Amino acid sequence: MLLFNFRRKARRFILTSKSLLVSQYSLMIEYRVEIILWALSGVLPLIMLSLWLGSSAASVFGYNNEQLTRYFLSVFVVRQFTAVWVMVSFEEDTIEGRISPYLLQPITPFWRYYYSHIAEQISRIPIVLFLLIVFFACFPSSFWFPSLVNIALFLVIMYISFTIRFLLHWTFAMLSFSFERASSLERLLMIPYLFLSGLLAPIDSFPYLIQKIVMFTPYPYLLSFPAKFLAGQEVNFLRNIYILILWLTIFLITGILAWKRGVREYSSMGA
Amino acid sequence: MIYKFFNITGLLCLFFKVSLSSQLEYKLNILVDVLASILNFIGSIFILSLFFTNGSNLGGWSWAETLIVLGIYNLLESFTISILQPNLTQIVRHVQQGTLDFVLLKPIDSQLWVSFRSISLWGLPSLLCGIILVSYGFYQSDYHFALTTICAFILLLSCSVVILYSLWFLLATTSIWFVKVWNATEVLKSLLMAGKYPIHAYPATLRLIFTYLIPIAFLTTIPAEAVLNRISVEMIVFTLCFTILFFCISRAFWIFALRFYTSASS
Repeated sequence: MLLFNFRRKARRFILTSKSLLVSQYSLMIEYRVEIILWALSGVLPLIMLSLWLGSSAASVFGYNNEQLTRYFLSVFVVRQFTAVWVMVSFEEDTIEGRISPYLLQPITPFWRYYYSHIAEQISRIPIVLFLLIVFFACFPSSFWFPSLVNIALFLVIMYISFTIRFLLHWTFAMLSFSFERASSLERLLMIPYLFLSGLLAPIDSFPYLIQKIVMFTPYPYLLSFPAKFLAGQEVNFLRNIYILILWLTIFLITGILAWKRGVREYSSMGA
Repeated sequence: MIYKFFNITGLLCLFFKVSLSSQLEYKLNILVDVLASILNFIGSIFILSLFFTNGSNLGGWSWAETLIVLGIYNLLESFTISILQPNLTQIVRHVQQGTLDFVLLKPIDSQLWVSFRSISLWGLPSLLCGIILVSYGFYQSDYHFALTTICAFILLLSCSVVILYSLWFLLATTSIWFVKVWNATEVLKSLLMAGKYPIHAYPATLRLIFTYLIPIAFLTTIPAEAVLNRISVEMIVFTLCFTILFFCISRAFWIFALRFYTSASS
Protein backbone atom coordinates (compact mmCIF):
# COMPACT_ATOMS: atom_id res chain seq x y z
CA MET A 1 0.00 0.00 0.00
CA LEU A 2 2.80 2.34 1.00
CA LEU A 3 4.74 1.44 -2.12
CA PHE A 4 1.69 2.01 -4.26
CA ASN A 5 1.19 5.44 -2.72
CA PHE A 6 4.82 6.32 -3.35
CA ARG A 7 4.61 5.25 -6.96
CA ARG A 8 1.51 7.35 -7.50
CA LYS A 9 3.21 10.35 -5.96
CA ALA A 10 6.30 9.88 -8.08
CA ARG A 11 4.21 9.59 -11.22
CA ARG A 12 2.34 12.76 -10.36
CA PHE A 13 5.59 14.56 -9.70
CA ILE A 14 7.02 13.53 -13.06
CA LEU A 15 3.83 14.54 -14.83
CA THR A 16 3.69 17.99 -13.23
CA SER A 17 7.40 18.51 -13.86
CA LYS A 18 6.95 17.63 -17.49
CA SER A 19 3.99 19.92 -18.05
CA LEU A 20 5.64 22.79 -16.19
CA LEU A 21 8.81 22.35 -18.19
CA VAL A 22 6.95 22.24 -21.50
CA SER A 23 4.84 25.31 -20.72
CA GLN A 24 7.80 27.31 -19.43
CA TYR A 25 9.85 26.29 -22.46
CA SER A 26 7.23 27.55 -24.88
CA LEU A 27 7.13 30.78 -22.87
CA MET A 28 10.89 31.12 -23.21
CA ILE A 29 10.85 30.47 -26.94
CA GLU A 30 8.79 33.65 -27.25
CA TYR A 31 11.79 35.64 -26.01
CA ARG A 32 14.39 34.31 -28.44
CA VAL A 33 16.19 37.60 -28.98
CA GLU A 34 16.38 38.23 -25.25
CA ILE A 35 17.91 34.84 -24.67
CA ILE A 36 20.54 35.43 -27.34
CA LEU A 37 21.41 38.73 -25.67
CA TRP A 38 21.55 37.10 -22.24
CA ALA A 39 23.88 34.48 -23.63
CA LEU A 40 26.08 37.17 -25.17
CA SER A 41 26.27 39.04 -21.89
CA GLY A 42 28.18 36.06 -20.51
CA VAL A 43 31.32 36.87 -22.50
CA LEU A 44 33.19 38.10 -19.44
CA PRO A 45 35.15 34.84 -18.92
CA LEU A 46 36.40 35.11 -22.50
CA ILE A 47 37.57 38.69 -21.95
CA MET A 48 39.37 37.53 -18.81
CA LEU A 49 40.90 34.67 -20.79
CA SER A 50 42.46 37.07 -23.27
CA LEU A 51 43.91 39.08 -20.38
CA TRP A 52 45.38 36.04 -18.65
CA LEU A 53 46.86 34.74 -21.90
CA GLY A 54 48.72 38.02 -22.37
CA SER A 55 50.00 38.10 -18.81
CA SER A 56 52.98 36.17 -17.52
CA ALA A 57 51.37 35.87 -14.09
CA ALA A 58 49.57 32.63 -15.02
CA SER A 59 52.80 30.66 -15.10
CA VAL A 60 53.31 31.37 -11.38
CA PHE A 61 50.46 29.09 -10.40
CA GLY A 62 51.31 26.56 -13.08
CA TYR A 63 48.75 27.12 -15.82
CA ASN A 64 49.95 27.01 -19.40
CA ASN A 65 48.02 28.64 -22.24
CA GLU A 66 46.11 25.48 -23.07
CA GLN A 67 44.97 24.99 -19.49
CA LEU A 68 43.96 28.62 -19.23
CA THR A 69 41.88 28.41 -22.39
CA ARG A 70 40.15 25.23 -21.28
CA TYR A 71 39.50 26.60 -17.81
CA PHE A 72 37.91 29.84 -18.93
CA LEU A 73 35.95 28.18 -21.71
CA SER A 74 34.52 25.74 -19.14
CA VAL A 75 33.73 28.68 -16.86
CA PHE A 76 31.90 30.25 -19.77
CA VAL A 77 29.81 27.10 -20.28
CA VAL A 78 29.02 26.64 -16.57
CA ARG A 79 28.12 30.31 -16.23
CA GLN A 80 25.71 30.05 -19.16
CA PHE A 81 23.81 27.20 -17.58
CA THR A 82 23.77 28.35 -13.98
CA ALA A 83 22.31 31.84 -14.39
CA VAL A 84 19.78 32.63 -11.66
CA TRP A 85 17.30 35.50 -11.67
CA VAL A 86 14.68 34.17 -9.27
CA MET A 87 15.00 37.19 -6.96
CA VAL A 88 13.96 39.64 -9.64
CA SER A 89 11.03 37.63 -10.97
CA PHE A 90 9.82 36.64 -7.52
CA GLU A 91 9.87 40.24 -6.34
CA GLU A 92 7.97 41.32 -9.43
CA ASP A 93 5.36 38.64 -8.83
CA THR A 94 4.83 39.61 -5.20
CA ILE A 95 4.61 43.34 -5.91
CA GLU A 96 2.14 42.87 -8.74
CA GLY A 97 0.14 40.38 -6.70
CA ARG A 98 0.58 37.46 -9.09
CA ILE A 99 1.88 35.31 -6.28
CA SER A 100 -1.55 35.10 -4.60
CA PRO A 101 -3.18 32.88 -7.25
CA TYR A 102 0.00 30.76 -7.37
CA LEU A 103 -0.36 30.15 -3.65
CA LEU A 104 -3.85 28.77 -4.17
CA GLN A 105 -2.63 26.13 -6.60
CA PRO A 106 -1.92 22.67 -5.21
CA ILE A 107 1.78 22.95 -6.09
CA THR A 108 4.54 24.97 -4.42
CA PRO A 109 5.45 28.00 -6.55
CA PHE A 110 9.07 26.95 -6.10
CA TRP A 111 8.75 24.48 -8.97
CA ARG A 112 7.35 27.09 -11.31
CA TYR A 113 10.46 29.24 -10.90
CA TYR A 114 12.84 26.29 -10.88
CA TYR A 115 11.49 24.92 -14.13
CA SER A 116 11.41 28.30 -15.79
CA HIS A 117 15.17 28.49 -15.16
CA ILE A 118 15.71 25.02 -16.57
CA ALA A 119 13.57 25.82 -19.61
CA GLU A 120 15.66 28.92 -20.24
CA GLN A 121 18.83 26.84 -20.04
CA ILE A 122 17.47 24.41 -22.61
CA SER A 123 16.67 27.27 -24.97
CA ARG A 124 20.25 28.51 -24.55
CA ILE A 125 21.85 25.25 -25.75
CA PRO A 126 21.93 26.12 -29.50
CA ILE A 127 23.39 29.60 -28.83
CA VAL A 128 26.12 28.26 -26.57
CA LEU A 129 26.95 25.50 -29.05
CA PHE A 130 27.19 28.08 -31.83
CA LEU A 131 29.51 30.31 -29.78
CA LEU A 132 31.69 27.31 -28.92
CA ILE A 133 31.94 26.29 -32.56
CA VAL A 134 32.94 29.85 -33.51
CA PHE A 135 35.53 29.85 -30.75
CA PHE A 136 37.06 26.53 -31.79
CA ALA A 137 37.02 27.59 -35.44
CA CYS A 138 39.12 30.61 -34.48
CA PHE A 139 41.41 28.70 -32.10
CA PRO A 140 41.41 25.08 -33.31
CA SER A 141 44.44 24.17 -31.21
CA SER A 142 42.49 24.59 -28.00
CA PHE A 143 39.89 21.98 -28.92
CA TRP A 144 39.26 19.14 -26.51
CA PHE A 145 36.48 16.66 -25.97
CA PRO A 146 35.91 15.10 -22.54
CA SER A 147 34.85 11.45 -22.36
CA LEU A 148 31.12 10.75 -22.33
CA VAL A 149 31.29 9.53 -18.73
CA ASN A 150 32.90 12.80 -17.71
CA ILE A 151 30.28 14.81 -19.55
CA ALA A 152 27.52 12.92 -17.74
CA LEU A 153 29.24 13.44 -14.40
CA PHE A 154 29.78 17.09 -15.26
CA LEU A 155 26.09 17.56 -15.94
CA VAL A 156 25.23 16.06 -12.56
CA ILE A 157 27.75 18.31 -10.79
CA MET A 158 26.60 21.38 -12.67
CA TYR A 159 22.96 20.77 -11.79
CA ILE A 160 23.80 20.36 -8.11
CA SER A 161 25.76 23.64 -8.33
CA PHE A 162 22.90 25.34 -10.10
CA THR A 163 20.40 24.10 -7.51
CA ILE A 164 22.59 25.33 -4.65
CA ARG A 165 22.80 28.76 -6.21
CA PHE A 166 19.08 28.76 -6.95
CA LEU A 167 18.25 27.85 -3.34
CA LEU A 168 20.60 30.55 -2.05
CA HIS A 169 18.81 33.17 -4.12
CA TRP A 170 15.44 31.64 -3.30
CA THR A 171 16.16 32.02 0.42
CA PHE A 172 16.80 35.72 -0.03
CA ALA A 173 13.94 36.15 -2.49
CA MET A 174 11.59 35.18 0.33
CA LEU A 175 12.41 38.53 1.92
CA SER A 176 10.23 40.18 -0.72
CA PHE A 177 7.27 38.86 1.26
CA SER A 178 8.24 41.31 4.00
CA PHE A 179 10.23 44.07 2.25
CA GLU A 180 9.21 45.76 -0.94
CA ARG A 181 12.58 45.89 -2.71
CA ALA A 182 14.41 42.77 -1.72
CA SER A 183 15.99 42.36 -5.14
CA SER A 184 18.56 45.04 -4.36
CA LEU A 185 20.10 42.36 -2.16
CA GLU A 186 20.86 40.48 -5.36
CA ARG A 187 23.64 42.96 -6.10
CA LEU A 188 25.14 42.09 -2.75
CA LEU A 189 24.86 38.36 -3.44
CA MET A 190 26.46 38.75 -6.86
CA ILE A 191 29.65 40.39 -5.59
CA PRO A 192 31.22 37.47 -3.72
CA TYR A 193 30.10 35.26 -6.61
CA LEU A 194 31.92 37.50 -9.07
CA PHE A 195 35.20 37.55 -7.18
CA LEU A 196 35.36 34.27 -5.27
CA SER A 197 33.83 31.73 -7.63
CA GLY A 198 36.71 31.67 -10.09
CA LEU A 199 34.88 33.65 -12.76
CA LEU A 200 37.56 36.32 -13.20
CA ALA A 201 40.62 34.39 -12.09
CA PRO A 202 41.23 30.71 -11.28
CA ILE A 203 41.11 30.07 -7.53
CA ASP A 204 44.64 28.63 -7.86
CA SER A 205 45.92 32.12 -8.58
CA PHE A 206 44.78 33.42 -5.18
CA PRO A 207 47.32 33.77 -2.35
CA TYR A 208 47.46 30.58 -0.26
CA LEU A 209 45.64 31.97 2.81
CA ILE A 210 42.80 33.46 0.79
CA GLN A 211 42.47 30.19 -1.13
CA LYS A 212 42.01 28.34 2.17
CA ILE A 213 39.36 30.82 3.35
CA VAL A 214 37.50 30.82 0.05
CA MET A 215 37.21 27.03 0.11
CA PHE A 216 35.06 27.34 3.23
CA THR A 217 32.46 29.38 1.33
CA PRO A 218 30.01 27.84 -1.17
CA TYR A 219 31.27 30.03 -4.03
CA PRO A 220 34.07 27.87 -5.51
CA TYR A 221 31.63 24.96 -5.69
CA LEU A 222 29.20 26.99 -7.76
CA LEU A 223 31.57 27.61 -10.65
CA SER A 224 35.21 26.70 -10.17
CA PHE A 225 34.70 23.03 -9.30
CA PRO A 226 32.39 22.12 -12.21
CA ALA A 227 34.53 24.15 -14.60
CA LYS A 228 37.76 22.50 -13.49
CA PHE A 229 36.15 19.11 -13.85
CA LEU A 230 35.00 19.86 -17.39
CA ALA A 231 38.41 21.27 -18.28
CA GLY A 232 39.92 17.93 -17.27
CA GLN A 233 42.00 19.21 -14.37
CA GLU A 234 42.97 17.12 -11.36
CA VAL A 235 40.25 17.52 -8.75
CA ASN A 236 39.57 15.60 -5.57
CA PHE A 237 36.28 14.32 -6.92
CA LEU A 238 34.73 12.56 -3.93
CA ARG A 239 35.68 15.22 -1.43
CA ASN A 240 34.21 17.95 -3.61
CA ILE A 241 31.01 15.98 -4.13
CA TYR A 242 30.61 15.57 -0.35
CA ILE A 243 31.00 19.31 0.16
CA LEU A 244 28.61 20.00 -2.70
CA ILE A 245 25.94 17.81 -1.09
CA LEU A 246 26.60 19.44 2.27
CA TRP A 247 25.94 22.91 0.82
CA LEU A 248 22.89 21.58 -1.00
CA THR A 249 21.44 20.32 2.29
CA ILE A 250 22.19 23.57 4.09
CA PHE A 251 20.51 25.73 1.49
CA LEU A 252 17.62 23.29 1.11
CA ILE A 253 16.89 23.77 4.82
CA THR A 254 17.26 27.55 4.73
CA GLY A 255 15.13 27.70 1.58
CA ILE A 256 12.28 25.70 3.12
CA LEU A 257 12.43 27.65 6.39
CA ALA A 258 12.46 31.00 4.58
CA TRP A 259 9.52 29.90 2.42
CA LYS A 260 7.44 28.85 5.43
CA ARG A 261 8.25 32.06 7.29
CA GLY A 262 7.58 34.18 4.19
CA VAL A 263 4.17 32.70 3.51
CA ARG A 264 3.18 33.35 7.13
CA GLU A 265 4.29 36.98 6.89
CA TYR A 266 2.52 37.44 3.58
CA SER A 267 -0.88 36.23 4.73
CA SER A 268 -0.62 38.35 7.86
CA MET A 269 -0.06 41.41 5.68
CA GLY A 270 -3.33 40.64 3.95
CA ALA A 271 -2.12 41.97 0.62
CA MET B 1 19.92 81.99 -25.57
CA ILE B 2 21.29 82.77 -22.09
CA TYR B 3 17.77 82.79 -20.75
CA LYS B 4 17.20 79.35 -22.25
CA PHE B 5 20.40 78.00 -20.71
CA PHE B 6 19.39 79.13 -17.23
CA ASN B 7 15.96 77.77 -17.75
CA ILE B 8 17.38 74.32 -18.52
CA THR B 9 19.79 74.35 -15.56
CA GLY B 10 16.95 75.35 -13.27
CA LEU B 11 14.81 72.52 -14.61
CA LEU B 12 17.61 69.98 -14.18
CA CYS B 13 18.13 71.07 -10.57
CA LEU B 14 14.42 70.62 -9.95
CA PHE B 15 14.43 67.15 -11.56
CA PHE B 16 17.36 66.06 -9.41
CA LYS B 17 15.83 67.41 -6.21
CA VAL B 18 12.60 65.51 -6.76
CA SER B 19 14.31 62.22 -7.57
CA LEU B 20 16.67 62.47 -4.61
CA SER B 21 13.90 63.00 -2.14
CA SER B 22 11.92 60.09 -3.53
CA GLN B 23 14.96 57.83 -3.16
CA LEU B 24 15.57 58.66 0.46
CA GLU B 25 12.38 56.72 1.12
CA TYR B 26 14.26 53.44 0.67
CA LYS B 27 16.94 53.74 3.31
CA LEU B 28 17.77 50.05 3.38
CA ASN B 29 18.53 50.15 -0.33
CA ILE B 30 21.06 52.92 0.16
CA LEU B 31 22.86 50.91 2.83
CA VAL B 32 22.96 47.86 0.57
CA ASP B 33 24.33 49.85 -2.32
CA VAL B 34 27.05 51.52 -0.29
CA LEU B 35 28.11 48.12 1.01
CA ALA B 36 28.02 46.67 -2.51
CA SER B 37 30.22 49.44 -3.86
CA ILE B 38 32.81 48.99 -1.13
CA LEU B 39 32.96 45.23 -1.63
CA ASN B 40 33.15 45.71 -5.37
CA PHE B 41 36.05 48.10 -4.91
CA ILE B 42 38.00 45.65 -2.72
CA GLY B 43 37.25 42.75 -5.07
CA SER B 44 38.37 44.61 -8.20
CA ILE B 45 41.67 45.61 -6.60
CA PHE B 46 42.20 42.04 -5.40
CA ILE B 47 41.64 40.55 -8.87
CA LEU B 48 43.90 43.18 -10.41
CA SER B 49 46.66 42.41 -7.91
CA LEU B 50 46.70 38.77 -9.11
CA PHE B 51 48.17 39.93 -12.41
CA PHE B 52 51.16 41.44 -10.62
CA THR B 53 52.18 38.54 -8.40
CA ASN B 54 55.64 37.93 -9.80
CA GLY B 55 56.56 41.50 -10.58
CA SER B 56 55.08 41.21 -14.05
CA ASN B 57 53.15 44.00 -15.74
CA LEU B 58 49.88 44.22 -17.61
CA GLY B 59 50.55 45.12 -21.23
CA GLY B 60 53.43 47.39 -20.19
CA TRP B 61 51.43 49.13 -17.47
CA SER B 62 52.71 49.10 -13.91
CA TRP B 63 50.56 48.43 -10.83
CA ALA B 64 50.07 52.12 -9.99
CA GLU B 65 49.26 52.98 -13.60
CA THR B 66 46.65 50.23 -13.84
CA LEU B 67 45.04 51.56 -10.67
CA ILE B 68 44.44 54.83 -12.50
CA VAL B 69 42.61 52.92 -15.25
CA LEU B 70 40.52 51.13 -12.63
CA GLY B 71 39.83 54.47 -10.94
CA ILE B 72 38.57 56.00 -14.17
CA TYR B 73 36.41 52.93 -14.68
CA ASN B 74 34.92 53.59 -11.24
CA LEU B 75 34.24 57.23 -12.11
CA LEU B 76 32.41 56.19 -15.26
CA GLU B 77 30.52 53.55 -13.35
CA SER B 78 29.28 56.15 -10.92
CA PHE B 79 28.04 58.18 -13.88
CA THR B 80 26.29 55.08 -15.23
CA ILE B 81 24.64 54.28 -11.93
CA SER B 82 23.55 57.81 -11.10
CA ILE B 83 22.46 59.14 -14.50
CA LEU B 84 22.38 56.59 -17.32
CA GLN B 85 20.74 53.65 -15.63
CA PRO B 86 17.80 55.40 -13.94
CA ASN B 87 16.94 57.43 -17.04
CA LEU B 88 17.70 55.45 -20.15
CA THR B 89 16.10 52.25 -18.92
CA GLN B 90 12.90 54.26 -18.55
CA ILE B 91 12.70 54.89 -22.30
CA VAL B 92 11.65 51.28 -22.67
CA ARG B 93 8.78 51.84 -20.22
CA HIS B 94 7.71 55.04 -21.97
CA VAL B 95 7.51 53.22 -25.29
CA GLN B 96 5.75 50.20 -23.82
CA GLN B 97 3.08 52.21 -22.02
CA GLY B 98 2.79 54.96 -24.61
CA THR B 99 3.78 57.70 -22.15
CA LEU B 100 6.44 58.90 -24.57
CA ASP B 101 3.60 60.95 -26.08
CA PHE B 102 3.60 63.19 -23.04
CA VAL B 103 7.36 63.61 -23.19
CA LEU B 104 7.22 64.65 -26.83
CA LEU B 105 4.49 67.18 -26.10
CA LYS B 106 6.53 68.95 -23.44
CA PRO B 107 8.13 72.28 -24.43
CA ILE B 108 11.61 70.93 -23.72
CA ASP B 109 14.00 68.93 -25.89
CA SER B 110 12.88 65.30 -25.66
CA GLN B 111 16.41 63.88 -25.57
CA LEU B 112 17.28 66.16 -22.66
CA TRP B 113 14.15 65.11 -20.81
CA VAL B 114 14.58 61.34 -21.23
CA SER B 115 18.30 61.51 -20.42
CA PHE B 116 18.34 63.67 -17.31
CA ARG B 117 14.92 63.29 -15.74
CA SER B 118 16.22 61.62 -12.58
CA ILE B 119 19.42 61.07 -10.69
CA SER B 120 20.39 58.32 -8.32
CA LEU B 121 22.47 58.74 -5.19
CA TRP B 122 23.92 55.23 -5.43
CA GLY B 123 26.68 56.36 -7.74
CA LEU B 124 28.37 58.34 -4.96
CA PRO B 125 30.38 55.49 -3.39
CA SER B 126 31.80 54.59 -6.81
CA LEU B 127 32.68 58.23 -7.40
CA LEU B 128 34.58 58.33 -4.14
CA CYS B 129 36.40 55.06 -4.89
CA GLY B 130 37.33 56.40 -8.33
CA ILE B 131 38.78 59.62 -6.95
CA ILE B 132 40.81 57.73 -4.35
CA LEU B 133 42.19 55.31 -6.94
CA VAL B 134 43.13 57.95 -9.50
CA SER B 135 44.86 60.13 -6.91
CA TYR B 136 46.66 57.18 -5.34
CA GLY B 137 47.80 55.89 -8.72
CA PHE B 138 48.98 59.32 -9.72
CA TYR B 139 50.82 59.74 -6.41
CA GLN B 140 52.54 56.37 -6.76
CA SER B 141 53.68 56.76 -10.34
CA ASP B 142 56.49 59.29 -10.48
CA TYR B 143 55.03 61.87 -12.82
CA HIS B 144 55.20 65.45 -11.69
CA PHE B 145 52.14 67.57 -11.34
CA ALA B 146 51.40 70.05 -14.13
CA LEU B 147 48.44 72.22 -15.02
CA THR B 148 48.38 70.95 -18.62
CA THR B 149 48.07 67.38 -17.34
CA ILE B 150 45.04 68.27 -15.26
CA CYS B 151 43.43 70.12 -18.16
CA ALA B 152 44.05 67.24 -20.57
CA PHE B 153 42.69 64.77 -18.04
CA ILE B 154 39.51 66.74 -17.41
CA LEU B 155 38.98 67.25 -21.14
CA LEU B 156 39.48 63.57 -21.99
CA LEU B 157 37.41 62.39 -19.04
CA SER B 158 34.53 64.58 -20.26
CA CYS B 159 35.02 63.03 -23.70
CA SER B 160 34.74 59.55 -22.24
CA VAL B 161 31.60 60.50 -20.32
CA VAL B 162 30.04 61.81 -23.55
CA ILE B 163 31.06 58.66 -25.45
CA LEU B 164 29.62 56.44 -22.74
CA TYR B 165 26.40 58.44 -22.74
CA SER B 166 26.15 58.23 -26.53
CA LEU B 167 26.71 54.48 -26.49
CA TRP B 168 23.99 53.95 -23.93
CA PHE B 169 21.67 56.36 -25.66
CA LEU B 170 22.13 54.70 -29.05
CA LEU B 171 21.17 51.40 -27.49
CA ALA B 172 18.25 52.82 -25.54
CA THR B 173 16.91 54.48 -28.68
CA THR B 174 16.53 51.11 -30.38
CA SER B 175 13.71 50.42 -27.90
CA ILE B 176 11.46 52.45 -30.21
CA TRP B 177 11.56 49.43 -32.53
CA PHE B 178 12.40 46.56 -30.19
CA VAL B 179 10.57 47.18 -27.00
CA LYS B 180 12.67 44.97 -24.78
CA VAL B 181 16.23 46.23 -24.97
CA TRP B 182 16.96 45.91 -21.28
CA ASN B 183 18.98 42.80 -22.09
CA ALA B 184 21.04 44.67 -24.62
CA THR B 185 22.23 47.03 -21.90
CA GLU B 186 23.38 43.95 -19.98
CA VAL B 187 25.51 42.96 -22.98
CA LEU B 188 26.94 46.46 -23.13
CA LYS B 189 27.65 46.45 -19.40
CA SER B 190 29.50 43.16 -19.54
CA LEU B 191 31.56 44.33 -22.53
CA LEU B 192 32.41 47.59 -20.80
CA MET B 193 33.88 45.55 -17.94
CA ALA B 194 36.84 45.13 -20.29
CA GLY B 195 37.58 48.79 -19.59
CA LYS B 196 38.78 47.92 -16.09
CA TYR B 197 42.13 47.02 -17.62
CA PRO B 198 44.39 49.00 -19.97
CA ILE B 199 43.69 48.32 -23.63
CA HIS B 200 47.30 47.28 -24.22
CA ALA B 201 46.78 44.18 -22.11
CA TYR B 202 44.54 42.66 -24.79
CA PRO B 203 45.64 40.80 -27.93
CA ALA B 204 45.85 42.85 -31.13
CA THR B 205 42.49 41.86 -32.66
CA LEU B 206 40.58 42.61 -29.47
CA ARG B 207 42.45 45.90 -29.18
CA LEU B 208 41.12 46.90 -32.61
CA ILE B 209 37.58 45.89 -31.67
CA PHE B 210 37.78 47.75 -28.36
CA THR B 211 39.01 50.89 -30.09
CA TYR B 212 36.80 51.27 -33.13
CA LEU B 213 33.83 48.93 -32.78
CA ILE B 214 33.11 49.40 -29.07
CA PRO B 215 35.18 52.43 -28.08
CA ILE B 216 36.37 51.09 -24.73
CA ALA B 217 39.90 52.43 -25.26
CA PHE B 218 38.57 55.99 -25.32
CA LEU B 219 36.65 55.42 -22.11
CA THR B 220 39.39 54.48 -19.67
CA THR B 221 42.82 54.00 -21.25
CA ILE B 222 43.13 57.36 -23.00
CA PRO B 223 42.17 59.51 -19.98
CA ALA B 224 44.59 57.42 -17.92
CA GLU B 225 47.33 58.14 -20.44
CA ALA B 226 46.53 61.83 -20.04
CA VAL B 227 47.08 61.56 -16.29
CA LEU B 228 50.43 59.90 -16.94
CA ASN B 229 51.43 62.61 -19.42
CA ARG B 230 51.86 60.04 -22.16
CA ILE B 231 49.44 61.45 -24.66
CA SER B 232 50.18 63.47 -27.79
CA VAL B 233 48.25 66.54 -28.91
CA GLU B 234 47.16 64.73 -32.10
CA MET B 235 45.59 61.99 -29.99
CA ILE B 236 43.65 64.56 -27.93
CA VAL B 237 42.33 66.21 -31.09
CA PHE B 238 41.42 62.82 -32.55
CA THR B 239 39.55 61.84 -29.39
CA LEU B 240 37.72 65.14 -29.38
CA CYS B 241 36.62 64.70 -33.01
CA PHE B 242 35.60 61.11 -32.34
CA THR B 243 33.53 62.20 -29.34
CA ILE B 244 31.71 64.93 -31.25
CA LEU B 245 31.02 62.57 -34.12
CA PHE B 246 29.73 59.89 -31.77
CA PHE B 247 27.45 62.31 -29.96
CA CYS B 248 26.05 63.67 -33.22
CA ILE B 249 25.34 60.13 -34.41
CA SER B 250 23.40 59.34 -31.26
CA ARG B 251 21.45 62.60 -31.54
CA ALA B 252 20.65 62.03 -35.21
CA PHE B 253 19.61 58.47 -34.46
CA TRP B 254 17.16 59.65 -31.79
CA ILE B 255 15.54 62.10 -34.20
CA PHE B 256 15.45 59.41 -36.88
CA ALA B 257 13.92 56.89 -34.49
CA LEU B 258 11.18 59.27 -33.37
CA ARG B 259 9.85 59.25 -36.92
CA PHE B 260 9.03 55.60 -36.41
CA TYR B 261 7.37 56.06 -33.06
CA THR B 262 3.72 55.17 -33.20
CA SER B 263 2.06 55.54 -29.87
CA ALA B 264 1.16 52.46 -27.88
CA SER B 265 -2.56 52.60 -28.54
CA SER B 266 -2.38 53.09 -32.29
